[in-house]
Amino acid sequence: MSTTTHTDRPALQAPPRVQARLITRLRQSLFQSPASAVLTILTIWLVLMLAPPLAQWLLVKASFQAPDAQACREAGGACWAFIREKYRLILFGAYPHAEQWRPLLATALLVASIVWTATRRLAGLQIVGLWVFTILAVATLMWGGFLGLVFVENTRWGGLPLTLILSTFGIACAFPIGILLALGRRSRMPAIKAMCVAYIELIRGVPLISLLFLSSVMLPLFLPEGLSIDKLLRAQLAIIFFAAAYVAEIVRGGLQAIPKGQYEGAESIGLSYWQQTRKIVLPQALKVVIPPLVSTFIALFKDTSLVVIIGIFDLTQAAKAALSDPAWTGFGVEAYLFIGLIYFVFCYSISRYSRSLERNLKR
Amino acid sequence: MSEVIVSLQKVNKWYGDFHVLQNIDLNVRRGERIVICGPSGSGKSTMIRCINRLEEHQSGLITVDGVELIHDLKRIEAIRKEVGMVFQHFNLFPHLTVLENLTLGPTWVLKKPLAEAQAIAMKYLERVRIPDQAHKYPGQLSGGQQQRVAIARSLCMSPKVMLFDEPTSALDPEMVKEVLDVMVSLAEETKMTMLCVTHEMGFARKVADRVIFMDRGEIVEENVPELFFGIPQTDRARQFLNQIVH
Amino acid sequence: MSSHHRAPLKFSWNNPAFRALAYQFVVVGLAALVAYYLVSNTLHNLATRNIATGFAFLEREAGFAIGESLIEYSPSDTYARAILVGLANTLRVSAVALVLATMLGVIVGIARLSSNWLIVRLASAYVELIRNVPLLLQLLIWYAVIGELLPGPKAAFHPLPGIYLSNRGMLMPAVDGPAVAGILWGLVISVLTIVAVGRWQRSSRRRTGAQSRLWPFALMLLLLMPTVGWLLGGREFHLSIPHQSGFNFEGGWALSPELFALLVGLVTYTAGFIAEIVRAGVQSVSHGQWEAAQTLGLPRSRVLRLVILPQALRVIVPPTTSQYLNLVKNSSLAVAIGYPDLVSVVNTVLNQTGQAIEGVLIIMAAFMTVSLTVSLLMNWYNKRIALVER
Repeated sequence: MSTTTHTDRPALQAPPRVQARLITRLRQSLFQSPASAVLTILTIWLVLMLAPPLAQWLLVKASFQAPDAQACREAGGACWAFIREKYRLILFGAYPHAEQWRPLLATALLVASIVWTATRRLAGLQIVGLWVFTILAVATLMWGGFLGLVFVENTRWGGLPLTLILSTFGIACAFPIGILLALGRRSRMPAIKAMCVAYIELIRGVPLISLLFLSSVMLPLFLPEGLSIDKLLRAQLAIIFFAAAYVAEIVRGGLQAIPKGQYEGAESIGLSYWQQTRKIVLPQALKVVIPPLVSTFIALFKDTSLVVIIGIFDLTQAAKAALSDPAWTGFGVEAYLFIGLIYFVFCYSISRYSRSLERNLKR
Repeated sequence: MSEVIVSLQKVNKWYGDFHVLQNIDLNVRRGERIVICGPSGSGKSTMIRCINRLEEHQSGLITVDGVELIHDLKRIEAIRKEVGMVFQHFNLFPHLTVLENLTLGPTWVLKKPLAEAQAIAMKYLERVRIPDQAHKYPGQLSGGQQQRVAIARSLCMSPKVMLFDEPTSALDPEMVKEVLDVMVSLAEETKMTMLCVTHEMGFARKVADRVIFMDRGEIVEENVPELFFGIPQTDRARQFLNQIVH
Repeated sequence: MSSHHRAPLKFSWNNPAFRALAYQFVVVGLAALVAYYLVSNTLHNLATRNIATGFAFLEREAGFAIGESLIEYSPSDTYARAILVGLANTLRVSAVALVLATMLGVIVGIARLSSNWLIVRLASAYVELIRNVPLLLQLLIWYAVIGELLPGPKAAFHPLPGIYLSNRGMLMPAVDGPAVAGILWGLVISVLTIVAVGRWQRSSRRRTGAQSRLWPFALMLLLLMPTVGWLLGGREFHLSIPHQSGFNFEGGWALSPELFALLVGLVTYTAGFIAEIVRAGVQSVSHGQWEAAQTLGLPRSRVLRLVILPQALRVIVPPTTSQYLNLVKNSSLAVAIGYPDLVSVVNTVLNQTGQAIEGVLIIMAAFMTVSLTVSLLMNWYNKRIALVER
């Protein structure tokens, strides 16, 4: 056999123009096989059937401005004028009209803090500091009573700021409890482990509704006579204890992800259990669990809508209140779509951020 | 001279802007044993993966046993029946037993009765010297055993060409020999056409009819083993051999 | 030879065994103290408010009506029976929603992996929309759509023969009459036959290698046997097709708007999550498995069925179990749209008798039982399909 060598390299070629025209690419993607072609045609037909009436109702025949409900109804489309009329009620609940810049600011603060925590890699102490500041600021803004702000009692709070407060404080307070529960579940002491397992499995096995009922009817009974907690606090406590169980499971996953070698290394230096946990184990575990924690927060944010059922004035309830105005009845769909949009924008943005964070962490 | 069974003519492939295969020309004759070596990133794996359409070439002509490889599902499936492949990471099906792994292809693709497929499977299991593992799951075998099962699985399809993509690179050193022994016995006892991408130069010396050296997407040098290892013609080949020989 | 003896339990803080015991003692002691405090307060408060304790109230007459129920119920029945009705409603909705959600979820999950760009985009939009809006809100929207946007019974939507959609719910044809039994028997026999033929086909393939298709035969049988049953049954059966009479409908089988909204909401919501799980499961199977199977010459559909899906299933089952449990728990949202599920009924009982603690305990006990049962079943299935490893 002969020797073959290639000593002269041909000029570097550029890849051939494979970017075929859009038509060909579409054809390849949508009509690759008979089954695919049928699906495409079916889908297009469905869209063509549904889109025009939907667009008609949502936009074309919709009234963005109307003097009253009757005119709106006669127009035949969606009554967005209703939203224009009631949006303040829906967004801020019964908060006094003149002071509504305060819940607005509080909302902005909360959102900013959440985004900051979710997207920047902050040290533990920084997170705590940030949230202590946020909690104090929000409390001042919402309650008022000093710094020249009018006092607004919490029965008048409502709408979006209340939803945000319930979920953020829910997770913030649930966090330390969840960590303790997770550590307890992994403990080798049988009594502690049993209690933690029982708590976690019990809470995770029942719906949030039942816990809300539990707290709203039973908490007053637990307290000695004369002492009472207001409704909002009862709901907040229920949400905290609910979230703690789910946070515990996530933290447990993070603890399990730490290789045994880390524990052994820390032990061999002579660190005590709490020192190990605080300095070596938790920092690593918590870094890993931020993404699932963010999705738990999103889930909790959606779950706060349940407080409607025990009569707390969150975003969903605010919609119901707006609907109960006798002058404007029958626009439930518009109201719920409006709120749905708010929820969607919020949750979707956070989950997109979280996904890009995960991708960055993986690199 | 036996006829050409695999032929690549002016084959080019790009990953985006990266020209991974540059004007590859290669003719493999029936019964020939070819070892392909070269530094990582040279395109050796990509080239043999183009032969059974695990990768798609953008220009040039690839022909296997007279059938031209184009974007036609029927032709691709026909070619894949004639070409067997052994992967670096074995790719055995973990949810099936060893025997089921081996009979999957013959029963579903070659439409053989189960009893016949099992007989063929046991025959090849004996050839790779692990007939007693037939009813175990891949997760219960060692790496070397898994790779031997993978070789048997490809042989059960009675291919005309066997492709090996770095078959021993993922194995612990003590298991490399058992797999290489199987490949050597395959070469010596059958007339199988083999294209093998590997770093095992001892295997090349023992078995190869031709050694092909690739670097940066092109075939730089090809020769019989004695001449390639003894008197490399190009600088690049010489450099590579210096790094390998230890 | 040294003797082997255990060190005596030193009552010293440095002995880890002693320390562990001490910790547990303290923690359990504290928990017991807190529990005692809470219980004593509760009993005191209950006494002062004249609220009864105990489950005797279950024997009392309920006095309220329930909108829909699987079993016989009237307001003169006991509270216990009312609660049973609620439980039956919860189980009914959960079971149906579970099956439908799984089917829809699998379809959408596979659609996300399709090579058809349009289908992928549609499926992704569906999943994103569903997952980012609270379920309660979705239920309220569906309920509002049915109540506000669907026409009244006189002008009801008529998409398919015999099916009517209006703001009073959905109506479907119902069957009754002597030939019904015949049709049902025909169906049962045809299903059994198809299974038997499938088995026979599989063994014949093993013997001879030849492959034949089952579905034309199956289709024919499914059409033929029930017809035979109908003929044998005397040809007489009453297809109660809903038809308009006056302001409402007569005949047929009705799904109340509450049940309809709850079903649609639960199914679409859970399917969104199951779709993601299915997609992740299929993508988790390493690409090498595809390549190896295709190298053997298997076409894409066979590769999916024989190699990919069995492996994907192992990744899919555990998270799907959580979703099933979530679905059962989410059915409790029925209380918000007025469907009389367990929580809804117990809520009414609670309000009437004031015995909140017992009521909440009943709810929690019921859900825990259902959750544990579903968990056990799925864990058993999970173990069965686990991969065998060293």
